[in-house]
Amino acid sequence: MFPSRFRYEAPHSLDEAIALLRDGGDYVKVLAGGQSLVPMMKLRFASPDMLVDINNVAGLAYHRADPDGSLRIGALCRHTDLEFSSLLKGTQPTMAAAAPLVADPLVRNRGTLVGSLCHADPQGDWASVMLALGGSVIAQGSNGRRAIPLAEFVTGPFQNVLEHDEIAVEAVVPPARGVRSGGYLKLERRVGDFATVGTAVAIETSGDTVIRAGIALTGVGGSTIGATDAAAALAGQPLTAETIAEAAGLAAAAAQPRTDHRGSAEYKRHLVRVFVTRILGSSLPADAVPADPGAADSERAA
Amino acid sequence: MTLVYDDLGDEAAQDVPVRKIKFTINGKKKVAEIEPRLLLADLIRRGVGLTGTHRGCDTTNCGACTVLVDGNAIKSCTMLAVQVDGREVTTVEGLASASELHPLQEGFRQEHGLQCGFCTPGMMLAAKALLDRNPDPTEEDVRWALSGNLCRCTGYQNIVKSVLWAAEKLRAEG
Repeated sequence: MFPSRFRYEAPHSLDEAIALLRDGGDYVKVLAGGQSLVPMMKLRFASPDMLVDINNVAGLAYHRADPDGSLRIGALCRHTDLEFSSLLKGTQPTMAAAAPLVADPLVRNRGTLVGSLCHADPQGDWASVMLALGGSVIAQGSNGRRAIPLAEFVTGPFQNVLEHDEIAVEAVVPPARGVRSGGYLKLERRVGDFATVGTAVAIETSGDTVIRAGIALTGVGGSTIGATDAAAALAGQPLTAETIAEAAGLAAAAAQPRTDHRGSAEYKRHLVRVFVTRILGSSLPADAVPADPGAADSERAA
Repeated sequence: MTLVYDDLGDEAAQDVPVRKIKFTINGKKKVAEIEPRLLLADLIRRGVGLTGTHRGCDTTNCGACTVLVDGNAIKSCTMLAVQVDGREVTTVEGLASASELHPLQEGFRQEHGLQCGFCTPGMMLAAKALLDRNPDPTEEDVRWALSGNLCRCTGYQNIVKSVLWAAEKLRAEG
């Protein structure tokens, strides 16, 4: 297999890249890691007239914390950079948990977080993580730069709000107001398969009280799902077996899974409840951890 | 060399717009004129004529086409050949010296790390990228690093042993 023909440009600056997008016709795609775009082009699901390869644009391969605590991830920061990042391990538990679970090591060496957000696959892990963290995408185009919250960035499967002359140049996670905890859990049939279910949980606490919560779901709907009711139920509350059970139930209710070869809708909804319970429970002392809904099932089965 | 795909209809190959790229493969400098849609796997196999890089699934799943680009293990069926302009590619043919197998190749022989051998070049290059980064990996590290490479014969046990054998040999050689 190979793609249909296209014009290829590899500019050395963002300004050149934006000009190519602006003047390049109706169907121009930006090429960053290419780990979703190239397979789709080989299958002829995508046949753009032109590719604007941004890999020669200097200064996009970063991830760094700003003095105010915001985390900025450049358009050429690869998944691998995030997987082995000491910055993430110390400060971003949800991202650090998700990075090693994206695709497989070979894909992680090429693919980028920002590209994954733009691709807007309902199965994409990073969109859930960034949605749970309240992140945004910075777009740069002919008319300057703008910040787009993740909740508004993805409009449906493989659809985002970028204008045709805009490039997503970085993703931003806002600074924490409290102490961050959380995680990302994903069930996949084998490494590199799409998620049966993925669940991102990001909370910030002050003392025992949750002051901000975000929960988002991968692979259980037509696009990434923000479980906003579940998150709202935690805000202002301490984490206890009861509040966790309520949030896990609301998150499961927010899922819109479909039965397919990866599992039944009922099973996937159940997994959301299990994953939210496990992630939230992991930040409690051992004697306060709520019963695992998954473990209860296996005991019943036995 | 000039390389274009042959689905040209009425169009002659010489009318297809090509780009000139310069790259290094296994230490040798090359120049090629290619159409932008040419995949790296095809540049290596058809253009350079190195057929140790295998095309397995051709859908970014199996890792048989793994090569190193500037030291990073990547799937050559999922990268455009134009993107290696100015870069350095290493394939399985670049591992051995004229007289000696690379410790990874020796390890696969000692520990019976292959059966049919189709996945082996990709396994070796993914393993090389690991050992270049981490000379003393645990078994878990090896399994993690090879998790993007599928083998349908061995059940992986001996592949993991082979990589650990090579790691020890490379450490002993300093």
